[in-house]
Amino acid sequence: MRDSYGRLVSFLAARSRDVASAEDALGEALVAALRAWPLDGIPERPEGWLLTVARRRLIDHARHDRVRADGAVTLRLAVQRAEEAAMQPEFPDDRLKLLFVCAHPAIDPAAHTPLMLQVVLGLDAGRIARAFLVSPATMSQRLVRAKIRIRDTGMAFAVPGAAELSSRLDAVLQAVYAAYGTSWDDVAGADARLRGLAEEAVWLARVLVRLLPSEPEAHGLLALLLHCEARRPARRGSGGEYVPLSEQNVTRWSRALIDEAERELTVAAAHGTMGRFQLEAAIQSVHAQRAVTGRTEWSALALFYEALVRCAPTLGALVGHAAALAAARGAAEGLAALDAIDASSVARYQPYWAVRAHLLAETGADATEAYMRAIALSEDDAVRAFLAGRAGAAAERPGAPAT
Amino acid sequence: MKYTMLIYETEADFNARTNDEQARYWGAWKAYHQALVQAGVIAGGHALQPPVTGTTVRVTGGKRDVQDGPYADTKEQLGGFIDLELPSLDAALELASRCPAAAYGAVEIRPIHTM
Repeated sequence: MRDSYGRLVSFLAARSRDVASAEDALGEALVAALRAWPLDGIPERPEGWLLTVARRRLIDHARHDRVRADGAVTLRLAVQRAEEAAMQPEFPDDRLKLLFVCAHPAIDPAAHTPLMLQVVLGLDAGRIARAFLVSPATMSQRLVRAKIRIRDTGMAFAVPGAAELSSRLDAVLQAVYAAYGTSWDDVAGADARLRGLAEEAVWLARVLVRLLPSEPEAHGLLALLLHCEARRPARRGSGGEYVPLSEQNVTRWSRALIDEAERELTVAAAHGTMGRFQLEAAIQSVHAQRAVTGRTEWSALALFYEALVRCAPTLGALVGHAAALAAARGAAEGLAALDAIDASSVARYQPYWAVRAHLLAETGADATEAYMRAIALSEDDAVRAFLAGRAGAAAERPGAPAT
Repeated sequence: MKYTMLIYETEADFNARTNDEQARYWGAWKAYHQALVQAGVIAGGHALQPPVTGTTVRVTGGKRDVQDGPYADTKEQLGGFIDLELPSLDAALELASRCPAAAYGAVEIRPIHTM
């Protein structure tokens, strides 16, 4: 249903230009479906059924909305009715339009990605709040405010013209990556909705490349996601245990996806302008080389991470840089890089504590506390078990401090 | 949708209306206004006299308090407004970015509240 949800909301919102009421109307249509379908049977085209009901609700609401008595919305919706009558079995996919609305410069930038995750990809506000490390109440408020703005300012539901495109594209790319990242954290693949989210993110990245073939960063993002997708089967051992990247069996990586990722990266590089997603993809490309050469070029990784930190100093980039430095030049350098990160920003960031624990253990220092924090911040059972195993091994090693 | 484009200008811009820069100042505005008229999007509006000509009124406790000057003392002051009939905020932003004041002052787009 999530796949349909985003398409249905996009279709409705693109016509009413009101995201919140489109969501409400679809919600009401779903309730109506729950009542009607068990009695009448599931309609031949469930999505068409939902759209028809939701559209009727939208028109009713617009009519009763005395505050907006200009009638423009009612009129617009009524005009759409004719179109509805002629609607093909396949209704148009307006998700891209909605993505660009969510990235509108007239909306608080902090709301761009959360808005896309909620209205286009159907994630609930609680999960989005967790991913952005803010309280659910703060996130809900941010989302509500953004939707009111979309409605009251009358934003256009359209893919922007060339002049506006590249600045808006950046926000869209980031949101697609965030959506993918949200599903990636679910290593177990236990949550079917999140698995679907990864596929949807890859789908969106492909659409962006098709729509904007001359935007190197769109190719970079697709390359990045494909590299990650290629390794998905290798993230779990035969017994379901978590396998870190450095220990993954490369024969379980998808050759086809890696090849496609490399082709995208080549296309991106041909444009001659470097960017965040190309760098992230280049980093994954270096990791992928291990399938061919049998070794990881850590110094190349440290170099790419350094460039990435310069152009997009996200927490992920900073921690990745520290890990690469440690592998290339020793754990002490990695720890120094970790120490240089603002302590208040990493309190709830799991990868920081996992890398820190790993490096402390490597230098023979007491890693217990860092492991405990990493475990506490892990949402996945297999990851927790993996970290607990590492922590135990570190504590038992000769020379390890008694605890 | 109906929008109002609020045009904010600095003191130097207000002065440019009458000093030796006036040909350049009014030339830019004339061209801009003509473009809007040709696009058929204007629904009203006015240029305003400089803020020193403003008089501000407040009624507190039934007592009328009249002060000379504009209501707020800011670097940029309201210099005029244009009512527009446009399909979307994006169309309004596109026009606003071509407004002469966008280059030296600031231009705000507000949807009109219809009763």
